[in-house]
Order: sequence, then structure tokens, then C-alpha cells
Amino acid sequence: MIRDKQVPMREQSGAERIRNFDEVPYGYSDDEAAAEAARCLQCRNAPCIAGCPVGIDIPAFLLAVKERDTARAIAVIKTSNALPAVCGRVCPQETQCQGVCTLGKRFEPVAIGRLERYCADWESTHPAAPTSVAPSTGRRVAVIGAGPAGLTAAGELRKMGHDVTVYELLHVAGGVLMYGIPEFRLPKAIVKREIDGLRQMGVRIEVNQVIGRIATVHEMLAGGFDAVFIGTGAGLPQFLGIPGEGLNGVYSANEFLTRTNLMRAYLFPEYDTPLRVGRRVITVGGGNVAMDSARTALRLGAEESLIVYRRSEEELPARREEAHHAKEEGVDFHFLTNPIAFLGENGRVTGVRCLRMELGEPDASGRRRPVPVAGSEFEMQADSVIVAIGNGPHPLVLQTTPGLELNRWGNIVADPETGATSIPGVFAGGDIVTGAATVIEAMGAGKRAARAIDAFVRAK
Amino acid sequence: MYKILEKRRLGPGIQEYVILAPDVARVGKAGQFIVLRLHERGERIPLTIVDCDPKGGGVTLVVQEVGKSTREMGETFGVGDSVLDFAGPLGVASEIERYGTVICIGGGLGIAPLYPIARDLKRAGNTVIGIIGARNKELLFYEDRMRAVCDEFHVMTDDGSYGRKGFVSDPLREILAAGRPIHRVWAIGPAIMMKVCAKVTKEFSVPTVVSLNSVMIDGTGMCGGCRVEVGSATKFACVDGPEFDGHAVDFDLLMARQKFYAEEESCSLERYLAERKGAETR
Ligand code: FES
Repeated sequence: MIRDKQVPMREQSGAERIRNFDEVPYGYSDDEAAAEAARCLQCRNAPCIAGCPVGIDIPAFLLAVKERDTARAIAVIKTSNALPAVCGRVCPQETQCQGVCTLGKRFEPVAIGRLERYCADWESTHPAAPTSVAPSTGRRVAVIGAGPAGLTAAGELRKMGHDVTVYELLHVAGGVLMYGIPEFRLPKAIVKREIDGLRQMGVRIEVNQVIGRIATVHEMLAGGFDAVFIGTGAGLPQFLGIPGEGLNGVYSANEFLTRTNLMRAYLFPEYDTPLRVGRRVITVGGGNVAMDSARTALRLGAEESLIVYRRSEEELPARREEAHHAKEEGVDFHFLTNPIAFLGENGRVTGVRCLRMELGEPDASGRRRPVPVAGSEFEMQADSVIVAIGNGPHPLVLQTTPGLELNRWGNIVADPETGATSIPGVFAGGDIVTGAATVIEAMGAGKRAARAIDAFVRAK
Repeated sequence: MYKILEKRRLGPGIQEYVILAPDVARVGKAGQFIVLRLHERGERIPLTIVDCDPKGGGVTLVVQEVGKSTREMGETFGVGDSVLDFAGPLGVASEIERYGTVICIGGGLGIAPLYPIARDLKRAGNTVIGIIGARNKELLFYEDRMRAVCDEFHVMTDDGSYGRKGFVSDPLREILAAGRPIHRVWAIGPAIMMKVCAKVTKEFSVPTVVSLNSVMIDGTGMCGGCRVEVGSATKFACVDGPEFDGHAVDFDLLMARQKFYAEEESCSLERYLAERKGAETR
């Protein structure tokens, strides 16, 4: 008999968790994991593998979990995915592997993400078999940006026997995994562990490297690198361009989250970087980053955390699970609401002037376009406002690489299958190519590019 | 880790450091800055480059001890010690060209970043008029270095304890009012000083460059905390600047944003000082 429902994962209650930065779900026990893995039908055609951007052999690892051979399970995962502890937590499985799970047609799909996380966490407490690395090819590859795309490309290339150096602009590797995604969703110790794993494989990771200035892409190619991979991400925050955006207390989500996650402002003054939050915080936007910001605000002591989003709940781009967690924690959603000005006194933000919206005809994205309701202007009070409406491509490397073709949004034009750009030997992947997308999509791009880079440098 | 090669006191609470960072020293230019972090718990501190030694690998910086981190650096980091992180060069370099006659104005700590600009302008064949000023004699530094690269030189102190009594904008106004042809002005210092200088040069329609020290977190363009209004467009000081057209900058907004974390900063400093005191009496 098949259990129709997933084995639930225990988690901190909403009231409890908003008082700490600890992870929300606790993870499966051995028995829970084996029971959940046993729900897998082991379908021949395995639609889940095709649904996974990095193509993990999901039925094989689930079978291993069911047979309580977690070492085998993690080995299966790791042949396709270098960062399973991260992916098990932040992948939108509901639209990928779990979204196409055969079981999911009638019942709840197998909780593949939770089981991936289970295997990765098991590995952290068990001595890991070192990932095997092919004999040295003598080829050198530079990777710019130590985020999900770059780290994945680096891991894959290293396994193929290439000499890989990753250059990171900030003082730690991890990119958005470190500065963007909060501790309670992705503990930083886990990111560090996965990155240490790459170092142990022999990937060199250099932080504090301002590529574009200390060396350009062209200089790297001329100076001994056989290929360069650009994975510099979508790091440039966008603002609404409405009056009052310069007021103190108006933050980009990047600033709010960077101060908290990367600089540990929640431990100020133990750590030197402060962050002022206030009693009532309004976050503008509807994506995962908006959810992360609103939930972080609560943990930093805000009594009220509100989200304003210009479309309706249906169109919310955030993962259902994230919106659900936010609601459980008391985040108050205001849909069909669009800010038109930030209000302030003495240089500090005090509120937001908004318009009510209604849904009109579908727009280019296929979603119904929100249109303002005439005469619906109203004001909402706020001590801080977080603007979480997206990020543009990070400019530094792009501006200093003549000959690199960009599209009209300023993203790099790259072959979706190989990551090849307009410059021979230069490959790119992740948000710098696609615009802001998911961690796993960036990893998938890094992986595909690694294959193409491997072929390219071997043919040289 | 980045080693401190030299450290020299320039005045009360003002230290000059030379830090070993060969990659930065090779390419760093006047007008650009670096970000450093002292230790694991440290904030990212942006500092404008004063000098780069491409051969020896040293980057010269001048630090004024205004807050907890800079105080801590001054008091506990000496020659032979290392800072944990050091990244650069960031920002856009000064546009050094042969303009003709230029005025270079440095107020307070602003004298430090001004010096390499004046030097490079001189090398590029400009006639350089230097004006430096500070609250009092003690806080004035780099007079000799500046004198050496200027064709004409003015020193001002607010209290008249050295040079002429008055503000750096006084000789600026006199020179412009005398009708001498001036092709460009650089003014670097406290926001209020840059605001006043830009106001004067605007009257005479002389293009003026200012260097904005807005609050920065990463210094790499990813947070927008450093944003400033320039000619009603929002710019990020760390990637679009730090130099901007002084006639287009909204200085009042800049000053308001600089003050936002003043209370937290003073708490942090108080706490640090209490800890230091505790450590000394123990
Ligand atoms: S300091 Fe973060 S964008 Fe400039």
C-alpha cells in the first residue's frame, strides 16, 4: 500500500522561530527518511530526473535511502550535484522533480527535497569518502564569482582534472547563499561546509578579488588560463524610482539581507555592522527575497512586518512554502497594492503612499497586468521599508570585457546549452545570463558550461 | 591577510598606513578606493587610495579615527600586523587630463585623497593651485607633499592657528572673482565643505569634481546603501563614483544619509572604549 501523504517534517512553531535565526525545519530522522523514500514508485521513465536541472538519479538515491544505505545515496546525489545540503533546502522542488513525480498525480509527491537534505546532513556527521578527481589535465580554468553557478562549474571542472581557481569579490565565498538567503532558511555553516568540500577537492578559492580591475577577462586568457567562466550573478539592486527613495530607513533587500546575513548585524555590537529596523516594516515585492526580508525583519525585532505586492496572491512569484512560512510567522500580506511614494520626516522614512490595483489584461509575462484603481490613494505607516523588486546584472566584469555581447537588459548573451559567449574561451552562466532565477538553475548552467569548457580546453 | 608595512601618525587621531596588497598596488589609481576589514567581526571600511607602489606592493591610506573600527585600527594594529580582508581598487578613477589651470581643494581628511589627484594633474601638465584647510594646525597634514606638486598654494585653518584664518572656500572665491581662467576644480572633504565650494564654483561656471563618502556596506555595487542623487538620477557612489559633478549632487540628502547610523556608531564606540579601559585596568 502506498501512503498518500508525505511524512511530515517537524519544524519550529511560528511564534517560537521568529525569536531566533535558527533553521525552521528540523529535518527527517532515519526512520522518517526511510519511510518517505519507500513511497517512491521507482518508475522506469523517472520523470523526476528530467525535472531536475542537474539531472540527479533520484530513484537510485531514494532506493538507497529506503534500504538505509545513506552513504550510497549521497554518493549518487554527489555525482550530479556538488551542493546537496543547499539544494535540499532552497530548490523549488514543487515545480521541478516533485512537480513531475508520478505519485504526485494522485497523491502527494515524494518529498525528494527533504530526502536530499537528509542525505547531505547525514554526510556532515559521517566521514566523507573524498570525491574522486581525474588525473591532472594541465589545463587552467578561471571562474569569476563564487556563487551557485561558479562553485558548481568549479567543482565539475576539478573533477575532470582541470586546475581551477575561483575569484570572489566579497570577503567570503558563496555569493547569494551567504549574503542573500537568511540563516533560518540556509544555515551558513552548511554553505561553508560545502565550500570546504570543494577546497578539499583542490579547487582554489580566492576572496577579495576585484576582477575587471586587478585583472580583466582578456588578461586572464592571455595570462595562462585556457578558459574563463563568468558567474557574477544579479547583484545590482533595483529601486522603484519613486519619490523619497533616498530617505533613511529605505533599504534595498540586498542591503537589508547583506547587513544581516553577511555582516551579522543581528549580533551588533558584537559584530561591527549595525542595522536599524523599527517597529513596523514594509517590504515591497512578492518573490522569495521579499519573503526572506519580511521574515528577517520579524527576527530583528519588528512587531509588524507587512508585504505589499502589486498583483494578487495567485501571481505571487515566491515559493508557496516560503509564503506559507511567512504567513505562519505573522507577516501581513497586502495584495493589489502599489507604492507610489515614500514619505518621510527629517530625512527618515515614516510611511508609504500606495494605490490600490485591480487586474486587467494579461501582459507580456502572461500574468494579468495590475492597473491602478482611480482615486484609491492611501498611506501606510512604516519605520523601515525594504525594496525587494529584483536585481540587475552585476556590472564590474561586464564593463571591463570589451567584445562581450550583452542583451538589452545588460545580461550576457550565452548559449543555453554550453554557456559559450561571444568571446572564444569565455563562458557564462547563472543570473548574469538569465537575470535573477533560482539557485539550482544557476547550478545547472554551471554544470552544462563545465562540460563545454572541458571539451574546449581539451581541444586546445 | 594583508600586512601593515608602515604606520605613521599624521595628527591627533590621524594615521597613515602602508598595507601590502600587490594586486591593488599594481593598478590602483587616484580617485579609487579600497575596502578593508580588520577581523572576523569587523565591518567593511571604505578608504580612498592615497598612493600605490607597484614595485613594492604597498597601498597608502590615511585613516581618521572617527568611529569604533577606525579607533580600533589605530590603537591595536601596528606595523607587522595584518588586516583580514582588503579588496580593490573600487570605484572609477579620477579623469586626469591636461585641462589648463586647475584648483585642488582638500579639507580635513579630504587632503589625503586629494594629494594623488593634484600630483597626477601636475604630471599631466596642468598648472595646479592647491588649497588645503583644517580646523586647526594639528589636524593639517601633507602640506609638504601638496606644496611639492602645486604651482600656487594656500593653507587655511578655521581658528587661524596656522596659515590664513578662514575656510578653503575663501581663497577659492578670491581666485575666481579675480577673473583668472580656471578650467576645473576638485574639492574633497566633509560634505558641507564640498557643498560650499561647489556653490562658489557654480557662480563662476567652473566644472567641479567632488568625491562622495556616503555610507557603504559592500562597496561593490550590490546593496545600494551608498546611493546618492546626482542631477535627479540615483547613483551608487561605489560603482558610479565616488567622484561626481559637484554642481549636480544633492548634498543635503548625502548629509542626512551619512548621519543615519550615528547613534549606533557612538554606542559601538562607547562600548569599545569601555572594553579597552577594562583591559587596561585589569
Ligand atoms: S556600498 Fe553597496 S552598493 Fe555601494
